[in-house]
Amino acid sequence: MSLLWNDNEWTFPLIDQAYKEIEKIGVEEMKLDIFPNQIEIISSDQMLDAYASHAMPIMYKHWSFGKSYSINKKMYESGEQGLAYEVVINSNPCIAYLMEDNTMTMQALVLAHASIGHNNFFKTNYLFQQWTDPDGIIDYLIFAKNYVAKCEERYGAERVEEILDSCHALMDQGMDRFKRARKRSREEERVRAAEREAYHQSRVSELWPDTWKSETPAQKEERKRRILPEPEDNLLYFIEKNSPILEPWEREIVRIVRKVAQYFWPQMQTQVGNEGWATHTHYYIMNRLYEKGLISDGALLEFLKSHTGVIAQYRMQRLNPYCLGFNIFRDIKRMCENPTEEDREWFPDVVGQNWLDVAKDARENYKDESLILQYLSPRVIRNLKLFSILDDYGTDSMNYIVQNIHDREGYKEVRRALSRNYDINMRMPQIQVRDVNVDGDRKLILKHTRHNYVPLDQTDLKETMLHVKRLWGFAVRMDFYNPGAVSPTDWVAVGE
Amino acid sequence: MTTVIDRRKTDRQKNLSNRQRFIQRAKDAIKKSIRGAVLNKDRSIKDSSGGNVKIPNKGTTEPTFRNGEGGRRVIVRPGNPGNVRGDKIPRPRGGQGNRGNGDPSKDSAEMLDEFEFTLTREEFLDFFFEDLELPNLVKTALKEVVEHKWTRSGFTPVGVPANLDVTRSFINSMGRHFALAGAYDKKIKALRESGGSEEEIALLEKKKRTIPFMDDIDLKYRLFVKQPKPITKAVMFCLMDVSGSMGEYEKDLAKRFFMLLYMFLERKYEQVTVVFIRHTTEAKEVDEQEFFYSKEAGGTVVSTALELTADIIKSRFNSSDYNIYVSQCSDGDNAYDDNSVCTAIIREEILPYVQYYAYVQVGHQRDEMANMWGVFSGRLGNTTNSNSLYEVFKEIEKTTTHFKVKNLNTPADIYPVFRELFEKDIKV
Repeated sequence: MSLLWNDNEWTFPLIDQAYKEIEKIGVEEMKLDIFPNQIEIISSDQMLDAYASHAMPIMYKHWSFGKSYSINKKMYESGEQGLAYEVVINSNPCIAYLMEDNTMTMQALVLAHASIGHNNFFKTNYLFQQWTDPDGIIDYLIFAKNYVAKCEERYGAERVEEILDSCHALMDQGMDRFKRARKRSREEERVRAAEREAYHQSRVSELWPDTWKSETPAQKEERKRRILPEPEDNLLYFIEKNSPILEPWEREIVRIVRKVAQYFWPQMQTQVGNEGWATHTHYYIMNRLYEKGLISDGALLEFLKSHTGVIAQYRMQRLNPYCLGFNIFRDIKRMCENPTEEDREWFPDVVGQNWLDVAKDARENYKDESLILQYLSPRVIRNLKLFSILDDYGTDSMNYIVQNIHDREGYKEVRRALSRNYDINMRMPQIQVRDVNVDGDRKLILKHTRHNYVPLDQTDLKETMLHVKRLWGFAVRMDFYNPGAVSPTDWVAVGE
Repeated sequence: MTTVIDRRKTDRQKNLSNRQRFIQRAKDAIKKSIRGAVLNKDRSIKDSSGGNVKIPNKGTTEPTFRNGEGGRRVIVRPGNPGNVRGDKIPRPRGGQGNRGNGDPSKDSAEMLDEFEFTLTREEFLDFFFEDLELPNLVKTALKEVVEHKWTRSGFTPVGVPANLDVTRSFINSMGRHFALAGAYDKKIKALRESGGSEEEIALLEKKKRTIPFMDDIDLKYRLFVKQPKPITKAVMFCLMDVSGSMGEYEKDLAKRFFMLLYMFLERKYEQVTVVFIRHTTEAKEVDEQEFFYSKEAGGTVVSTALELTADIIKSRFNSSDYNIYVSQCSDGDNAYDDNSVCTAIIREEILPYVQYYAYVQVGHQRDEMANMWGVFSGRLGNTTNSNSLYEVFKEIEKTTTHFKVKNLNTPADIYPVFRELFEKDIKV
């Protein structure tokens, strides 16, 4: 076979040809299931645009996107920060962006990484299948963008900005963590929006009647049960349904923000798996292209230089998900093809299998927390010299204390500790709606359970509470609980 | 099934409106930062580009509920340098350290108290102009980048197909054809008369038929040249009193004053030279850095600056080649008997040669009041009568159209000094 390219410049025909060969390896050799691909060539400025809107090609307007665009632009133009060469979104077709400044080798790398690797992960991982709708997301964003723009026209940009600000502040608490989402088309969304407005009007006036003073205790109980049948984890959902003061269009905006947040929910929990798989895929594919004689030594070297940069890990620093993920998948392949005694002891079900089957299981059925628990091998722990440290001011305020290292006694504990580091509750504090006063002051009572005794960051706490109040319309109190405690240790309130 | 789409031409600048909203929101902070930027040593009055702006996070924070420091965590890190179970690693001083479990994407930018981004020239000028309270038409005019005009100017043998003048080219080709064909005819006639062979004649006739219909040398293209403006050069004199009484605020006002005039001139003229003259009891021509930033102290004799200006005009800037503008900034103090000297120099040696003279006095507004209440001020009879320069120049203004005087207390006071100049000359 002859070289596909032997030069830096990319051309449209070259991209076509390269993609065909790359897809051949991904789909025919590796048997990967992927969405159809839509590859978009963009300028670096458009890449900055993509960053600002979380890579989505359509997004409603907000100043915070302008802020992050401006900051990133300055950092890029002053050379402080490079742009990711791969940005791809979970949709059908799967949209990947190629920067016009890339060399042909880099374009091939992006295609392998994003259009094959990430694409496959998005399509087949269970979390994505459960929580996202790649067929409908673009349509939904178009609906959202237009809806927000119309609201700005009708009610004024300032009012819309205020609502969006408050919703953004609560986005991390605006996701269902345990329930399953339902899927709808844009047409349905449009129709439902009108129906929802009518429905909400009537529901809210039922839930918060002016006649509350003359209620019987039974009626009051009934009303409270309808509002809050059980503690609710999704703050934005609760507010959308039950806030006494929001207009129907404001509720719809709350809904839009939480739908967008929900869309990104799986991505937050699968960074190691997703990036690891995409990195391993590009590594495999680029090497296969070289073996087949389709790319030159020069291209391979260029690819390797970029690849090693991506998986670089500095000692004692936070773990690079690309590095960790890549190593997990690479070791799965090794254990399948060249197992040692240790592997037979630790992974009897993996040894001797077809690595493609094992990798398939790894990327389809796990999130980061469970992926690590299931597939992190002692070999990788040794390679990366992982060790666990206790950080507890109560035990020792001056020092960290080493708990376990990469030896026989330590592997299991290190693995367990690492897995817990990816527990979503550590990244996003769990805040529940605990109670609400259905009479008089209509106060909203929230509950925060300190995971591992970690308190909430105080700097923004009050300001964020005020955002809750703005959406709820009445006083809000948050009680803080230590793990397993029955009553709160302290609390914070606004609007009392 | 794959499609490749080139998005580079469409779908650009998606964040333009978002960026505008963000700038609107951070307006006050940006204004403050720009004030500092204008006064910055490294910024010349000729510089109206954007530049880096650093603003504090306040007002553009995006607050959230997130985990803070503390609690009991077990973190895993790579690259164990040789520790064993039970070893103690000292915490880094100052708290932050390598806290493990926060959202890695919310790192650097959010942690700082301020952040940096770049303004475009347009955005920068918007803020700069706001304080000055310029009329909108003037703002638009100044923001524009001036285009040159092209005019026709004959023909040229070299050009682009769009400029090809077909008629003229044809005329040339026909002329060439006649000439060459005529030369062949002569030869053929001569051969016939002298009995040349049929072959030779046939050859010549064949050659005659192969004269090219149109050749490169026939082609004529229309020529366009940039139109030179009648007088394309201007010189701007900046005069400033740098005795001790000029503080940061006064310097800020002065710098904006000079910048505005320079911007105006740049629009109008192809080439603008700036001459900086500073004075205390003596005047000196300096460069921009020294003009604004080196410290000086001492008394004030304004006429020295005016004399130096007049000398430079005479020796270096012939008024038939240059349009001359003078801008002077002072706090009004002057040596007692110097004022009449100043008036004389201005009337006789400067005004006849300049397009416009603008004088601003910074920061002594209260002296107008003091003057009204002169009886009570207790300052009458003082050898340095502090508002004398203003008074004196006001007299000149009464009788001269292109001489303007103003008291400067806020940036909004700057434009009125130039109002007539701008209104006359900016085509809106």
